[in-house]
Amino acid sequence: MSRRGDWVYENNGGTCVAIAGADYCVVAADTRLSVGYNILTRDHSKICELADKCALASSGFQGDIKALHKNLAARELLYQHQHNKRMSCPAMAQLLSNTLYYKRFFPYYAFNVLGGLDSEGKGCVFTYDAVGSYERTGYSAQGTGSALIMPVLDNQLKSPSPLLLPARDAVTPLSETEAVDLVKDVFASATERDIYTGDKLEIVVINKAGTKREYIDLRKD
Amino acid sequence: MKLDVSAMENNFAAHAAGGEDDGGLFGAGADLPAMELPTCPADFDGFQKETKEMLKHKKGTTTLAFIFDKGVIVAADSRASMGGYISSQTVRKIIEINPYMLGTMAGGAADCQFWHRNLGIKCRLHELANKRRISIAGASKLLANILYSYRGMGLSIGTMIAGWDEKGPGLYYVDSEGARLMGSRFSVGSGSLYAYGILDEGYRYVMPVEEAAELARRAIYQATFRDGASGGCVSVYHVGPNGWTKLSGDDVGELHYKYYPVEATPVEQEMADAPAA
Repeated sequence: MSRRGDWVYENNGGTCVAIAGADYCVVAADTRLSVGYNILTRDHSKICELADKCALASSGFQGDIKALHKNLAARELLYQHQHNKRMSCPAMAQLLSNTLYYKRFFPYYAFNVLGGLDSEGKGCVFTYDAVGSYERTGYSAQGTGSALIMPVLDNQLKSPSPLLLPARDAVTPLSETEAVDLVKDVFASATERDIYTGDKLEIVVINKAGTKREYIDLRKD
Repeated sequence: MKLDVSAMENNFAAHAAGGEDDGGLFGAGADLPAMELPTCPADFDGFQKETKEMLKHKKGTTTLAFIFDKGVIVAADSRASMGGYISSQTVRKIIEINPYMLGTMAGGAADCQFWHRNLGIKCRLHELANKRRISIAGASKLLANILYSYRGMGLSIGTMIAGWDEKGPGLYYVDSEGARLMGSRFSVGSGSLYAYGILDEGYRYVMPVEEAAELARRAIYQATFRDGASGGCVSVYHVGPNGWTKLSGDDVGELHYKYYPVEATPVEQEMADAPAA
């Protein structure tokens, strides 16, 4: 930015991770909210459960994220009234893409990972940039710690590219508990080297039975 | 006449014995808690352009497409990057608009993805209204007209629309600066120069499909080899009279050893022969 006064966004930091398995999805984010070197709160949730099998984790500018989550929640409610069913995760994925692109010339400063189960009950992860390009993947990390976490996830989970022909089987080779443990490990490591990640880890596990949240303490320095 | 702005008045300042123009949001009361309005920067819209540059995925890309006697070949890599960080190695840069038409993407990821999705909707609506598929010329013109209307606003798209319509194979290059060119061979993206090198060298109008696919694959491979912003997988599509088929998808890492098989080199022999200093 050329002049400080022109910058209307703030980066409140934070890291979001999602891992999809054969019949589950793990969505996780830390709960720290910072501005520069100041930690404003240690207990701010970045994860929003949008539909019954769908959770969105976002980092970036808290104001934009709040607006985005409220907007999507309202659109999901309208969808329920109009179609008499909850929105599916892939439908929410495209809605989020269009919502982000709608503000193409004054974007939401938000980096999103959407996780959930698709209509067949398989785990799915959708990863975004701030203006709405998106892709379905098996796992993803977004936010300030993404460059620290993504290589570790690649190392542990990388499966053959979906673009290959003949196609090769590409399922995350972990059980649900193993995936949750991996998420805890990568966040503990990212907390060691990223000043914007820490305090607490919020994990949402989505499977056939429903969704459950759990919290794990991270370093608070 | 005085506007009734009572609903907007702040409640925390218990302003005593206010005059006619005292208090309220528009009041000039000196002791009211007031916020200084930020001054409007000279370049009011400038920050938006700079913001977008920071946020969006730039696809350093290599894509190519060419027409030959048996249809159209379309090929692309699959890497997306934000600055030096590789944000994905599995991007679908060849968009399947309908069973007879493909689009390629280079430039901003979101711009390409969104406007190709939009084009897909428009092509389907054309089909329903006219009971026939839209021509490649028509589809590319729909896109070019949209992009021209956004010219100068910072969209970044370089695309090829390739397919088969009633007149046979079609190939158009469309970009966000407003260009729309018909041609028999194009390559777009940061690696396009390397791809053109291979493509122009090996291109002939009459070719078997397998040879054409191999030419496209090799051109993209060489581009990923010399262009840091291109990589991932090489996807090759063919569009014929019966629509498109995906011919191949190969990981560049494995393709390299197909083109350059590893040979055992007598390194240790050389070291043994070196005279002792």
